Amino acid sequence: MAAVIDTLRLTAEEAKGLLERGEISAAELHSAYLDAIGERDGELHCYLSTVDAPEGDGVPIALKDVISTKGVETTAGSKILSGYVPVFDSTVAARCKEAGLPLIGKTNLDEFAMGSSTENSAFGPTRNPWDPTRVPGGSGGGSAAAVSAGLAPWALGSDTGGSIKQPSALCGNVGLRPTYGTVSRYGVVAFASSLDQVGPVAKTVRDVALLYSIIAGRDPLDSTTAELPEPVRLPESHSLAGVRIGVPTELNEAEGIEPGVSASVERAIALAEELGADIGPCSLPRSVRYGMPCYYLIAPAEASSNLARYDGVRYGLRVDDESYQQMVERTRDEGFGDEPKRRIMLGTYALSAGYYDAYYGRAQKVRTLISEEHREALEQFDVLVSPTSPTVAFRVGERAADPLAMYLSDVLTIPSNLAGLPGLSIPCGLSEGLPVGLQLIGPQFGENLLFRVGHALEQALEFDTVPERWRAGSDPAGQTPPESA
Amino acid sequence: MAISREEVQHVARLAWLALSDREVDRFTGELDKILDAIGIVAELDLEEVEPTSHPLDLVNVWDEDVPRESLAREDVLANAPDADGGLFKVPTWRQ
Repeated sequence: MAAVIDTLRLTAEEAKGLLERGEISAAELHSAYLDAIGERDGELHCYLSTVDAPEGDGVPIALKDVISTKGVETTAGSKILSGYVPVFDSTVAARCKEAGLPLIGKTNLDEFAMGSSTENSAFGPTRNPWDPTRVPGGSGGGSAAAVSAGLAPWALGSDTGGSIKQPSALCGNVGLRPTYGTVSRYGVVAFASSLDQVGPVAKTVRDVALLYSIIAGRDPLDSTTAELPEPVRLPESHSLAGVRIGVPTELNEAEGIEPGVSASVERAIALAEELGADIGPCSLPRSVRYGMPCYYLIAPAEASSNLARYDGVRYGLRVDDESYQQMVERTRDEGFGDEPKRRIMLGTYALSAGYYDAYYGRAQKVRTLISEEHREALEQFDVLVSPTSPTVAFRVGERAADPLAMYLSDVLTIPSNLAGLPGLSIPCGLSEGLPVGLQLIGPQFGENLLFRVGHALEQALEFDTVPERWRAGSDPAGQTPPESA
Repeated sequence: MAISREEVQHVARLAWLALSDREVDRFTGELDKILDAIGIVAELDLEEVEPTSHPLDLVNVWDEDVPRESLAREDVLANAPDADGGLFKVPTWRQ
């Protein structure tokens, strides 16, 4: 019976069980989510569009609106793609379809996935389900907030500098940025091609692992993809015996990390030790100081090239003018919002004659150093741990006028992204009543290890993913952190 | 100053963006601040370091040359702002 489905609590795995046992139909499940969207999305604005009739008999899914869906508008959160209806499916959308997962809707994002708050969407901001005066993080704030608010059991996002991990942290759910090259980008609106990765967001590590198993693997249509070296394993163990966890000093003591965030992460690390893990300090000496600068040279440079395709000729907005040149220039000026323009300008400058070696060329070398120091740390340890975001969810408007302050939101997620490593964010507690994310970084293709560690910690942490304001009855024991935090 | 107003105008031309004067003013200030912050990559000694362009060790991925179905012409043109006779239509090229 659709009436008894509590979408706030239902995990994708539980939903799958209900469907398999015939206790509910796919149509009932789909309409339960549409009802929840009707109830709560007016306040939150997670969705840019929704699909009324389910196609497929599996667990419904929401897709970030950079993921091309045949016949369903795909805007990348930009006015320049407003009204664009893809004539083909992205590989990830096709794989979801093949697995029988019906599309619920397309989720909001910072324009072209550029931002850390979902305030840069041309269609208005998404709000945090825990506190609607705050941002859900970004760029994939729509997917993360939808999962937290029970408006989707799971969703896909894309992560260039932290766009899956950081919103998952700020919304209190689980997000995986997979190893670079494990998930196809065919049909995904490109931002920075040496960094972009598609990945899952859900309430539990097992749901994330299950969705990852559906989307991952080599795709002949994306030559940057690689075959997974081993099949995805759904984690079961509650023990961390024998797992070596490194605590990179720089990532855990970076300037700007809130005391409440540190306290939650330290408690999670202590818990990992109780579960049998060997914990030790390590160092990533250049990653925090040079990671953000390196990223903001490489990503805008690649974006300036990728966004050259929006010229008013083949698709998207056209602003008519007398000549071809004037038409293109005016289309781009009116079609792009401030952040894409800022990054196109920055990237074009960094690649321009006379500056290439000083900026882009140097950044590519810094990237090598950051990759090497991660490799060294991961020779000593199986996984590395840090906060995902230095702060809990910030207020809508707080960083919107200061691009640099916004860029620093991703200071802890950027370094491992530059190194092409997988990162899993799991909720590890509350600070000021808002979720704190724990980032687990693994070696390339180390997703199974991240799932194992994430699952064991998740079981021990017992974090309640339902925002406090929607819980029935009073605050469950153990959710309110001590005052000392 | 890391970047001048004239350089911003030059970059906008390279990027095919018809920025308004107000946008040029604003971006000059913002880009100057950003370049100042990210310019610290100049501190590092990178003499012996190889650049990274791709984080995986993939080299030359080859595929068999097998013809496969491609999009129909009407699909390709379906989202075009203007099309005529099976082609994309654009205004006159003029310098």
